[in-house]
Amino acid sequence: MHIEPFENRNVSNSVYVPVDIKPYPKTGWESFKQVVARSLKGELFVGLWTVLREFIKMDWPAIEYPLEKMPMNARYRAVHKLLRLWESGYERCIGCGLCEKICIADCIRMDTRIDANSRKEVTEYSINFGRCIFCGYCAEVCPELAIVHGDRYENVSEQRAHFSLKNDMLTPMDVLKNRAQVEFEGFGALIPGSSNDVKKTPLAY
Amino acid sequence: MDAIIIETLIKIVVVVLIFSALGGFGTYFERKILAFLQRRWGPNIVGPFGLLQIIADGIKLFTKEDIIPINAERGIFIFSTLIIAVAAFTAFVAIPIYPQFTVFGYTVRPIVIDVNVGLLFVMGVMAVGMYSPLLAGMSSGNKWSLLGAARAVVALLSFEVITGLSILAPLMLVGSLSLIDINAYQMGGIDNWMVWQQPIAFVLFLIAGFAETNRKPFDLSEQDAEIIGGYHTEYSGMKYGLMMIGEYANMFVVAFLVSIIFLGGYGEAGSIVNGEAVGAWGGIWLILKVAFFFILFVWVRAAWPHIRPDQLMWLAWKVLMPLAVVNIVITGIVMMA
Repeated sequence: MHIEPFENRNVSNSVYVPVDIKPYPKTGWESFKQVVARSLKGELFVGLWTVLREFIKMDWPAIEYPLEKMPMNARYRAVHKLLRLWESGYERCIGCGLCEKICIADCIRMDTRIDANSRKEVTEYSINFGRCIFCGYCAEVCPELAIVHGDRYENVSEQRAHFSLKNDMLTPMDVLKNRAQVEFEGFGALIPGSSNDVKKTPLAY
Repeated sequence: MDAIIIETLIKIVVVVLIFSALGGFGTYFERKILAFLQRRWGPNIVGPFGLLQIIADGIKLFTKEDIIPINAERGIFIFSTLIIAVAAFTAFVAIPIYPQFTVFGYTVRPIVIDVNVGLLFVMGVMAVGMYSPLLAGMSSGNKWSLLGAARAVVALLSFEVITGLSILAPLMLVGSLSLIDINAYQMGGIDNWMVWQQPIAFVLFLIAGFAETNRKPFDLSEQDAEIIGGYHTEYSGMKYGLMMIGEYANMFVVAFLVSIIFLGGYGEAGSIVNGEAVGAWGGIWLILKVAFFFILFVWVRAAWPHIRPDQLMWLAWKVLMPLAVVNIVITGIVMMA
C-alpha cells in the first residue's frame, strides 16, 4: 500500500465552510448603516419562509412514540436480561459471580447452591437499578453470555424492585419455545451501514 | 330603554362566551400550527385530530390543586389573575366584532357600546391589563416571578408609547376615535385601506402589538429558559387558566384592532347603498383577517428567536419611537399641504 493517501491529514477539508465575519462597526454612522441594512435585508422573512416551507411540505418526520418505536441498536445498554440455553432451556448462568465482582456500582447480588446433579444453581439474582449505571461491565465479563443488556428502555414502573429480580430478567420458557429469545450481539456489534461511515484517521499510519 | 339593557346584556354574555371559548381553542390552534411549522404532530391522541385535548386540559385545570405559596400576599395573588382576563374582555366592549346584520327584522349591531372614544378606551383597558403581571409577580414571593413582572412592565410601558404614537397618524386622517368611523373611512375596496396610506404606522403598531401581548420576539416576561414561567410561575389550576384565557383574548384584541384600523375591517358590510345591502362577505373577511393575524402570532413564534431586554428597550426608544414621531410629522405636513 502506498503511503501517499495517508500524507493528506486534512481528511475533511471539503466539508468546512469558512465563516465570513465582517469587521465590526467602529463609528456611529457605520453601526447605523448596519442596523438599516439588517432591518431592510429581509433576513427575518427568510426565517418565516423556512418554517412555512416545512408546513407546506406536510412531511413530518416525528415518530408517534407510544404507537411506533425506533429500533434500538445492538450496542444499546438498557435493562438487563438473563438468557437461557437454546437446546435444553437451562439457565446459562453458571453462578461464577464475575458480574457481582466487577460491578463498579456494587448493585448485583446473587445466591448460589450446589443442586442434586452437583451443578451450580443460581437461586437468587437481583440488580438494584437504583444504583446501576448501565456501564455494561457485567455483560462484558460474563463468560456464558448469560447476563446481557436488552433493548427495553422504558423502565418506568410502580415499584422500584420491578425488572430487577431474577424472574423478571430471565427469559420465560414460552418465549424460548417460540424461538423468540433475542441473542446478544455483543459490544462489538456493528451498526447497520456503518462501513460507509468509516473515514481515514491519523492512526492509520 | 329595557330593550337596550337586555340587548347589551345579551351582547356582553355572547362576547364573554365567544372569547373565553376562543381562548381555549386558541391554545389548541397554537399548539397544532406551531407543531406543523416545526415538523411535529401536535396534539393528536385525544379525539379526532386531538380536538378534545381542549376539554382534557380544561378538566385538568379545574381539578388541579389550588396552591397559594406561604409567602405570597394572598389577596393580591388571587385578585391579580382576574385583572388580565377582565381587562381583555372589557376591551371588546368598543370593538365591532362583526358588521351589523338583521335577524327577524331586528337590526343587531355587534358592538356593545359605540363610544366615541372607542380606540382610546380599548387601549386604556389593555394598559390596565398590565397590572396583572405586575401584581402577580410582586405578590408571589418568588424571585423569578418578580423578574418576570419587572420585564413585563418595562416592555409594556415602553410599547404603550409606540402603540399610542403609531396610531396617532391614522387617527389624524380619520378624525375620530370610534372604530366604526375608522372602518367607514376605509370603505370602497382594498385601495382605500389605511395600510397603503400609513405603512409605517401599520408596521409599528403590529410590532407594538406583539410586545403588548408578550408574544415571541418580545416574550421576556415568561421565557422558560431564563425565568421559568415569569410572573405566573407560582400559579396553578384555574388561576393559571384564567391568565392564559386573558392572554389569548388580548391576542384577539390586537388582531381585531390591526384588522379594523389598517386592513379595512369589514368594509361596506351592513351599510345600505341605494336601498340595497352591500358587502355581504365583509364579516367573513374580518374574521379571516383576524385569523390571519392570530396565525401570524404563532408563525412568528415558530420562526424567530426572542431578544434581550436591553435590545427591546433599544428597539422601542431608539428606533420605533423616532420613526413614529417622524411618521406623525410627515402625515401632518402632508395634511396641511
